[in-house]
Amino acid sequence: MSDLLLILVTGLGLGALYFLAASGLSLIYGLMGVLNFAHGSFMTAGAYAAWVTMDAMPSSTAVGLRLLVAVLVALVVGTLVGVVVEVVLIRPLYRHHIQQVLVTVGLSLASVAAVQGVFGSDPYPVAKPSFMRGTVDVLGARLPVDRFVYLAVALLLLGGLLALLRYTRLGLVIRAGVENRTMVEALGIDVQRTFTIVFGLGGAVAALAGVLFSQYAGTVSPLQGGSLLIYAFIVVVIGGMGSLTGTAVAAFAVGLVQQLANYYAASGIGDLSVVLLLALVLLLRPSSLQGAHA
Amino acid sequence: MTSVLTLEDVHVRYGGSHVLQGVSFEVPDTGVTALLGRNGVGKTTTLKAVLGLAPRTGTIRVRDREVQGERTHRIVAGGVGYVPEDREVFGGLTVDENLRLVDQASGVDAPIVGELFPDLVARRHQRAGTLSGGQQQMVSLARVLLRDNDLLLVDEPTKGLAPKLVTEVADVLARVATTTPILLVEQNLPLVRRIADTVVVLDAGTVVHRGDAAALVEDPELTTELLGVSMRAKGAA
Repeated sequence: MSDLLLILVTGLGLGALYFLAASGLSLIYGLMGVLNFAHGSFMTAGAYAAWVTMDAMPSSTAVGLRLLVAVLVALVVGTLVGVVVEVVLIRPLYRHHIQQVLVTVGLSLASVAAVQGVFGSDPYPVAKPSFMRGTVDVLGARLPVDRFVYLAVALLLLGGLLALLRYTRLGLVIRAGVENRTMVEALGIDVQRTFTIVFGLGGAVAALAGVLFSQYAGTVSPLQGGSLLIYAFIVVVIGGMGSLTGTAVAAFAVGLVQQLANYYAASGIGDLSVVLLLALVLLLRPSSLQGAHA
Repeated sequence: MTSVLTLEDVHVRYGGSHVLQGVSFEVPDTGVTALLGRNGVGKTTTLKAVLGLAPRTGTIRVRDREVQGERTHRIVAGGVGYVPEDREVFGGLTVDENLRLVDQASGVDAPIVGELFPDLVARRHQRAGTLSGGQQQMVSLARVLLRDNDLLLVDEPTKGLAPKLVTEVADVLARVATTTPILLVEQNLPLVRRIADTVVVLDAGTVVHRGDAAALVEDPELTTELLGVSMRAKGAA
């Protein structure tokens, strides 16, 4: 029982990270139809921005405070990277989907090389604040505290994004744009500006995912964003392109399936089981590829 | 008479297809101008060219402002309302949300909505995708009427509607036309005879006729020659 509880909490914690990685991807695809293969670069940018910030601050400062400042810096960096990528690389290529894929794939490869050139290929350890270390006993199971932090952040983000979509002008335009962006433009609304905002938002959320994933892994490395991106794409496809709630459900399902398979089948089977889950969903519900309402 | 819209030598090409081949006409700044023609001659493309939704060359002026280089949202915000063919309401949004996209403050509470479309007020929380075709057309019309427009572009507003709803839509358009000029794409000749003042007829991407609406519609030989139909064949409204 305690083992199962541990696996479930770990799976949910991992699912929370997948949701953080996938939610921006889902919003960007839902509104703009852009498959952003550079989303992993946004995560890497956030992770390194946070690591550099924490490293630059005096070691006498509490790790928790350094992490908080680092998260804020990462959010700003992620937003800026998202906005610049949209304005410089994506905007000239609207309606040219193949070129968009090529550009974002190229950017993801180039960004890894750039990070390796500046920081090297080796992973660096990241400091973990005391409130994220250690375990808590629940029903006889010793559960890592940090999983609850990831879960709380993901749920807060989900609530925040749903509130944004439901109660704000920007959210209304995004929901309308997901359905028919040409008609939104034909109502006198600058959809291109909304695209930029959503790309910036996606960049910020991806940067947050990058920071928390580096906390989960205990290190920061150039390939981290790319490896998380693979799961993010699987989650977005299973959840329905453009559907935020679908993305959340899919993220937690993927995290749980992965951990349960790793524990009860064999170590390493988790990744295979996620791919099988993807295949199963596509066979039974191919409409998940066609998008859904946010 | 002054013009609210002027097109001079407007061309639209989609890939290898030359849809508009030098279209030139003017829309007077009062009443309804009907844009007529057989299927596929470029009527909807003409509206899209004005709005920047089709790749166009040539000169397009709204009042004295050249808009051919402007983006769609600027043209619309500058006073050109658009009611598209097939309504294109946002099915996942409520009626009120559809309207608040244009009028954030009032939405369905805007006085003109209650005045012209009382049914929409009662259905404010209903998702637009669950409305009937006629109700969706009302949403589509209400959306553009929430803004002060210099010109309305209305594309086949009665397509697929029951006769009673056609009359209701015609009533709304006739009333709106008393304050705002309309360029109307329509296949329904009785409706054109009822509300249009002037007509422009397209064939194969060029203008082949301009003139008085009643004179064209009442001339069966001319309507048969230009449109392939006549009022006799269609019956009176």
